[in-house]
Amino acid sequence: MEANKEITRANYKQYVFEKMPKSSHWKNMLWAFVVGGTICAIGQAFIFLYSLWFNMQDASVLASATLVFIAAMLTGFGVYDVIGRFAGAGSTIPITGFSNAVVSPALEFRAEGYIYGVGAKMFLVAGPVIVNGVTISVIVALLTLLFGG
Amino acid sequence: MDYYKKRTLNFANSYIAEGYTVAGPKENDGRYKGFFDFALEDDMFAQNTFERAERKMFEHAIEGAIGKANLEESDIEAIVAGDLLNQIVSASFAAKKHHAGFLGIYNACATFAESLIVGSAMLSNGLEHVLCAAGSHFATAERQYRFPLELGVLRSPVTQWTATGVGATVLSNKGDGKSVRITRGTLGRVVDFGVMDANNMGAAMAPSACDTLVTFFRDTETQPSDFDVIYTGDLGKLGSDILMDLTAQEGYDVSKQLHDCGASLYWDEQQTYQGGSGAACSALVFNAVLLGRLRRGEYKRILLAGTGALMSPTTYFQGDSIPAITHLVEVCA
Amino acid sequence: MDIFLMFVKAFAVGGAICLLGQIIINFTHLTNGKILVIFLVAGAILEGFGLYGPLVQFAGAGASVPISGFGYALVRGAVQAAKQDGVYGALTGGLAACATGVSIAIVSGYLVAVLFRPRTKKK
Repeated sequence: MEANKEITRANYKQYVFEKMPKSSHWKNMLWAFVVGGTICAIGQAFIFLYSLWFNMQDASVLASATLVFIAAMLTGFGVYDVIGRFAGAGSTIPITGFSNAVVSPALEFRAEGYIYGVGAKMFLVAGPVIVNGVTISVIVALLTLLFGG
Repeated sequence: MDYYKKRTLNFANSYIAEGYTVAGPKENDGRYKGFFDFALEDDMFAQNTFERAERKMFEHAIEGAIGKANLEESDIEAIVAGDLLNQIVSASFAAKKHHAGFLGIYNACATFAESLIVGSAMLSNGLEHVLCAAGSHFATAERQYRFPLELGVLRSPVTQWTATGVGATVLSNKGDGKSVRITRGTLGRVVDFGVMDANNMGAAMAPSACDTLVTFFRDTETQPSDFDVIYTGDLGKLGSDILMDLTAQEGYDVSKQLHDCGASLYWDEQQTYQGGSGAACSALVFNAVLLGRLRRGEYKRILLAGTGALMSPTTYFQGDSIPAITHLVEVCA
Repeated sequence: MDIFLMFVKAFAVGGAICLLGQIIINFTHLTNGKILVIFLVAGAILEGFGLYGPLVQFAGAGASVPISGFGYALVRGAVQAAKQDGVYGALTGGLAACATGVSIAIVSGYLVAVLFRPRTKKK
């Protein structure tokens, strides 16, 4: 924005945008890459471990389930939100982030009891994932049936 | 400024009898460590929910202020108080312990300045002692306005940190020559410059702060240099910068006088980014810091401008922009 | 050596997906819920065209652990079941494929809510 230009209601958003401190993009992105990659690598380790007893697909499912459980416990111990503070998408996008999104409202709303608190609020953040995911899976499957995929 | 109408009230007999503060642990680790009357070691305050902890802070601050002013509970005729929770439950539940009349008020983080204006107006109309209080709690505000506490999120650099604490002030209609007085108050109007980012409340509130400050200067024919300091509530660092630009554009240079309660509450190492926010900011800083400086004669005449962002999660998710309000009081020693 | 290479691929692909998410966050300030849904839907649609499966073959957990892998599993399950059981399969297949993950999230969420209390943040 040019100096001396009058700030008005109309150009206020632009003015604020230019005045805002910029996030340290590179640092955020590096952390997201490293933490996200590490979580996936840990998942890979569990896949190798479970594939000793199960077929590859079951091993993959069990590995994700294990990550979900570990993330739930880390959320309970108050560790996951600390990781999320610097890892950003690196801890949000892996399945562990889904687990954190389920567990943290359950924990937050336990004060309202197990029915209206934990029960009703558990999918406050993660609900959209299930709702959109199931809907799109049914649509894609029906389209496959129609057009023979 | 596209609109101007006089809206400053004069108060002849509003004396500050005493102020009392209860601050959270992080606030007492900040720049004003040791200034507070009572500091929590743990922000649960020995309660089983954060909401009850906030309520207990209110009870504690109200009783503390009455005691510190050497008054009895029965001397207080009215309590004017508010907080950030839905239905302002913390203030109203705390008030049920008292016999005084209760006015629950809400103007987000401008609530404390609003309570001083309402309280002073009550004194002008015959009451003798009015207690004004406002406060907030980090954990209850996070739940209500943002995310569950344990959700891992990367905070944007424009975010602020909701301060934990309650400040209470006893106003009296009698004082002596040494008493600190509230001499004028300017009512804020709701100003919306179309800011959509709920993280960036400083930018949303700065235009309203400019509106109220400039209205006050015009109403009273004063200049920023007539005041020792001008404290805004919780504009944060970015919001304060914007406010200086906006007021300069109206012909008032506030850069020498301007401070922000929220931005000054924490050290940079405490990683609150833009500083503190919440109704507690101005209530804590005014009662714990500014009142003392006025009494010691370090300041003669100051302005306190409480700034509030009036959005709710509902309006935010429905895609509305963030309206803001600023109430201002002039305090003289 | 194969095992080591698999770790590298999982790390690189998983990290790259998260990096992409972070880039989107940095430039659009989208909230967690929206980011999760965007990646989920992206994974689901890619699998609808048969494109995500090969990525899982290549990178293993690097593609299945991110939330896009969840969308992939939903669609893959639904399509497989639909081919077997028709419309009935299309309705049951997706959730059945993800039942383990969702159930464990719910049960551990419950467990954590019983065992722990939320704590306030220091920073």
